[in-house]
Amino acid sequence: MLKFIKHNMDTIAGIGIFPLISFIIFFLFFIVLFVWVINMKKTEIELLSNLPLNADDQVNSELTNNTPNS
Amino acid sequence: MNNNTLIEKFSYDNNIVRLFANATMFWGITGMVVGLTIAFQLIFPSWNLGIEYTSFGRLRPLHTNAVIFAFVGNGIFAGVYYSLPRLLKTPMWSKLLGKINFWGWQLIIVSAVITLPLGYTSSKEYAELEWPIDIAITLIWVVFGWNMFATILKRRERHLYVAIWFYIATFVTVAVLHLVNSFALPVSFMKSYSWYAGVQDALVQWWYGHNAVAFFLTTPYLGLMYYFVPKAANRPVFSYRLSIIHFWALIFLYIWAGPHHLLYTALPDWAQSLGVVFSVMLIAPSWGGMINGLLTLRGAWDKVRDSVVLKFMVVAITAYGMATFEGPMLSLKNVNAIAHFTDWIVAHVHVGALGWNGFLTFGMLYFLWPILFKTKLYSQKLANFHFWIGTLGILFYAIPLYWAGFAQSQMWNDFTKDGFLVYPNFLETVTNIIPMYMYRAVGGTLYLIGAIVMVVNLILTAKSGTFVREEHAEAPALVPLSKNYKDEHWHRWFERKPTQMLIGSLIVILIGGVIEMVPTFLVESNVPTIKAVKPYTPLELHGRDIYIQEGCVNCHTQMIRPFRSETERYGEYSKAGEFVYDHPFLWGSKRTGPDLAREGSAKLRKPNSWHFKHMYDPRSVSDGSIMPAYPWLLDKSYDTTMTAAKIRAMITLGVPYAEDFPEKANADIERQANEIVESMRDLLEEDGFEVAPDREIIALIAYLQRLGRDIESKETNEK
Repeated sequence: MLKFIKHNMDTIAGIGIFPLISFIIFFLFFIVLFVWVINMKKTEIELLSNLPLNADDQVNSELTNNTPNS
Repeated sequence: MNNNTLIEKFSYDNNIVRLFANATMFWGITGMVVGLTIAFQLIFPSWNLGIEYTSFGRLRPLHTNAVIFAFVGNGIFAGVYYSLPRLLKTPMWSKLLGKINFWGWQLIIVSAVITLPLGYTSSKEYAELEWPIDIAITLIWVVFGWNMFATILKRRERHLYVAIWFYIATFVTVAVLHLVNSFALPVSFMKSYSWYAGVQDALVQWWYGHNAVAFFLTTPYLGLMYYFVPKAANRPVFSYRLSIIHFWALIFLYIWAGPHHLLYTALPDWAQSLGVVFSVMLIAPSWGGMINGLLTLRGAWDKVRDSVVLKFMVVAITAYGMATFEGPMLSLKNVNAIAHFTDWIVAHVHVGALGWNGFLTFGMLYFLWPILFKTKLYSQKLANFHFWIGTLGILFYAIPLYWAGFAQSQMWNDFTKDGFLVYPNFLETVTNIIPMYMYRAVGGTLYLIGAIVMVVNLILTAKSGTFVREEHAEAPALVPLSKNYKDEHWHRWFERKPTQMLIGSLIVILIGGVIEMVPTFLVESNVPTIKAVKPYTPLELHGRDIYIQEGCVNCHTQMIRPFRSETERYGEYSKAGEFVYDHPFLWGSKRTGPDLAREGSAKLRKPNSWHFKHMYDPRSVSDGSIMPAYPWLLDKSYDTTMTAAKIRAMITLGVPYAEDFPEKANADIERQANEIVESMRDLLEEDGFEVAPDREIIALIAYLQRLGRDIESKETNEK
């Protein structure tokens, strides 16, 4: 099964292309991720950040009623 | 939400949360008691009690498994079973699966409590449990994941909050880690040999071991942090953007860090370098998590003053930041050269374990109990006492061990101006740090006292309230998404699609593992063959299995690093090719005792009788030694009915014994065992010992006397 890819590892010469390819892939991935995260709308951010606090659960009802919770 | 949306009523199951939380506390106390016991054993060897079941080598894995899988494990389940339904506005998909998850997990823990002291162990750190239990772990983990994913799929809240991505990544990665590292060939019901050998086994083990830290101790707890800290502070997380970036960066980078456990060992240099570089890069996403957690409290720090829950959480996150800075620093080769094999590493582990995992668990429990029992916390004073004594405990634990680690490392490296070791006797470097072990035991005691105080406080809290078994809730049914959902940020697409999230996380975490491990299997030059290295004899194999059974690897290493201080003390540094038949590898992580890689070599070899007496009572030949006594090795016999099966297993794994050797192996054992007995019988019988060739001690001596001998033979590689 490995014979299809083994030949890539026959010699150490020129092995540097593999880490280079990996680096480029991940550098690009994170650059794109970073740019798109920067461009997220503030309204969206607020909506998502407040998900645990939006819940209509016991905690939030207690907090709203100013019951000390610690 | 428009008026046409149906409001659905349902309830959250708090019973399963309570069950898991109770288990967290029970096993937390148990695991800490075992930890304290072994801490005392290092100061007072008599605490080993001279019986096999309570010896350090067998109890230490019980401690690590208990605190990681029983304490933190149940803590994860408690937190997930509470937060996941509330974040998704839907109860867990199946109460039955929850029960199976709970009881199955506790049964696994109980089987660990039984099997580990009995000596059934694979020797691989944090994966010591033998293969039948490994299968059980797989099944229960699948049950957990199934329940979690089914819940996600039937959610009423479309968007997956950040905590849930961490839960998904945890599930997927732990599954991969467990499966790959547990590949073993069973020999009998409770015995197996690692599929991998030597260098490859070391790499797989520490790819697993470090990622057990990453994806069992870190990612699920980051998920819990992202839920419970905003809840406790009643403020949203500091930066959602940051959470996206640090999530993907963390799960991608963490996987590669494994080799930092193997710096300056026989692991190929390129793999070591990858481990170093990725470990250093890991500071960024880790601190992203810390920053997000701490700055959630920006503008609300006054709340921390009055809230013991927030106090625990703040210290937990700070400890996380400290440990995730120290870790990358320890991954630098020059720092690692000092710290590896010393108590510095133990200190590092416990800053993370006691500070991050322990304190976040405590914060979560103090938060949950008043809610679950609809009452106030029984005693704020006791809770605050716990906070302060726990914090003090962490300091008393870590600081003495930093001192001990550094001091011992310096002593190992100390040379006279003529170039000789100042401390050629390893034991001297141990006795010098015993006072530090005493302070550490004080630290552990303080921490345990705090935990006990918490349990009492929470029991009294429960008694003073009424348990809310089912918490009623209501939420609108999920609105079907129209296909033209414009203006949507791309990551929101991911957040809507948990399956893609799971597959995406899976791909990301597989990359590091594949790139680091596959070449060591394919490229022969990574593990150069040494012609002189031969398989173990059958008697030595039995001895090796006894070495594994007694947990010798917990205190002794078999990996001489290429430093002059090591070659002077132990002999030639260890080469990758020497370990090709080692299923599993036994390089070890800690030198509480000396390295044994060349214990049988001309330089270090001791008479057979020395080993006999040393195992029987270490202090009779090494005054001041803290090694446990192993008198049962003189009475118990190794099992020759297993010999053929063991050899056959090794042949299957690629060790070049002759095909017909399994049947002839016992004759070989008899011959070698008799030789050893004859060499020391007279001397020992004078001292009143009974010496017989079938005893475990004989096999162990055979193994120890073989270590490091192969490369001394005249055979060389023909080129």
